[in-house]
Amino acid sequence: MSAPVVIPSEVEGSALTQQRPYADPYVAGVALGLVLLASFVIAGRGLGASGAFATAAATTVRSVAPDVASNNSFLATHLDAGGLLRDWLVVEILGVMIGGWCSAALAGRLGVKVERGPHAGVSPRLWAAGAGGAIMGAGAVLARGCTSGQALTGGALLSVGAWLFIAAAFGAAYVVAYVTRRSWT
Amino acid sequence: MIAPLPFDFANGTQPSLAGALGVGIAFGWCLERAGLGSAPKLMGQFTLRDMTVLKVMFSAIVTAMLGLFWLSWLGVVDLARVAVPPTFIGPQIAGGIVFGAGMALAGLCPGTSCVAAATGRLDGLTVAGGLFAGVLGAGLAVPTIARFYESGSRGTLAMPAALGVARGTVTFAVVAGALAAFALAGRIERAMAARAGAGRVRQ
Repeated sequence: MSAPVVIPSEVEGSALTQQRPYADPYVAGVALGLVLLASFVIAGRGLGASGAFATAAATTVRSVAPDVASNNSFLATHLDAGGLLRDWLVVEILGVMIGGWCSAALAGRLGVKVERGPHAGVSPRLWAAGAGGAIMGAGAVLARGCTSGQALTGGALLSVGAWLFIAAAFGAAYVVAYVTRRSWT
Repeated sequence: MIAPLPFDFANGTQPSLAGALGVGIAFGWCLERAGLGSAPKLMGQFTLRDMTVLKVMFSAIVTAMLGLFWLSWLGVVDLARVAVPPTFIGPQIAGGIVFGAGMALAGLCPGTSCVAAATGRLDGLTVAGGLFAGVLGAGLAVPTIARFYESGSRGTLAMPAALGVARGTVTFAVVAGALAAFALAGRIERAMAARAGAGRVRQ
């Protein structure tokens, strides 16, 4: 008997740290759609994410240079709520972080790490993350929203601009992902 | 009672903010359960290995769209009082291209970067930091690019009005398109899995 004894816990991690599989995408999608529908019914508005970043940015500019913030049409519209924690989208995004944390905690998926493709180092991954985030932020300002506020919300409301945004964003993402495919596959 | 409920969310009243927190918690839960708080999982969509993004987003859009359609038909929801994001043709096409390029570099979108950051992913935290800088920089530049930024404004423009067809017809077309996309997604996933399997045998 020369075959080594493989203890599952050494390969897969102990039962406590073992990650549960993700939900079926269609089940998760229908659940997400019901959340979006509830938001329409309760608040008369859909979901959002980049808008919370816009409010944070506008609040930062106001604290440094109030005149710049009030004279800028984009920043001024994101200061209407009268404070970070009175802004609907900022509170919603805090909820997103709480909900995401709870879901990951119950599924054993919490963990401090840098997630990346099999052929990407930690440093290049973080540079791409920061630069990609900044480019994405500029795009969200131009488009007046992101995958939440435009694609999901505007998509469900059959907005013309939202569907143009979906087509443009997915098209560009496929081109860039093809160029950078070596780092993810 | 006709929904949406008469909360004045712009004023940051406590009931509306409680609603925001509840909606956010459920939103974040769904994103994490689907695996979209993980950049390699999300990028599977764009390397054609894993079509989770398309399946989740399209089934969410169809669910909310049909829900609104029937609730409005039953007279429970007043569609005229649901805020529709305004359409700006050129800026939203250009913004979509810039956004999509950034998303493929970042591996996450704004909402999913918040889930990734909250669950300990340092790449997600970095994406969120980049987003803040990008929104801040582009926001400060809006007065400089005001002519383009405000161009192509069509107000709140829905596809039924733009195409001159009934809302039910567009709704049916989106459902049919989603079902076709789901079928295509399954075929692509199986084809890519077969190709990866064949590659492993050759090695």
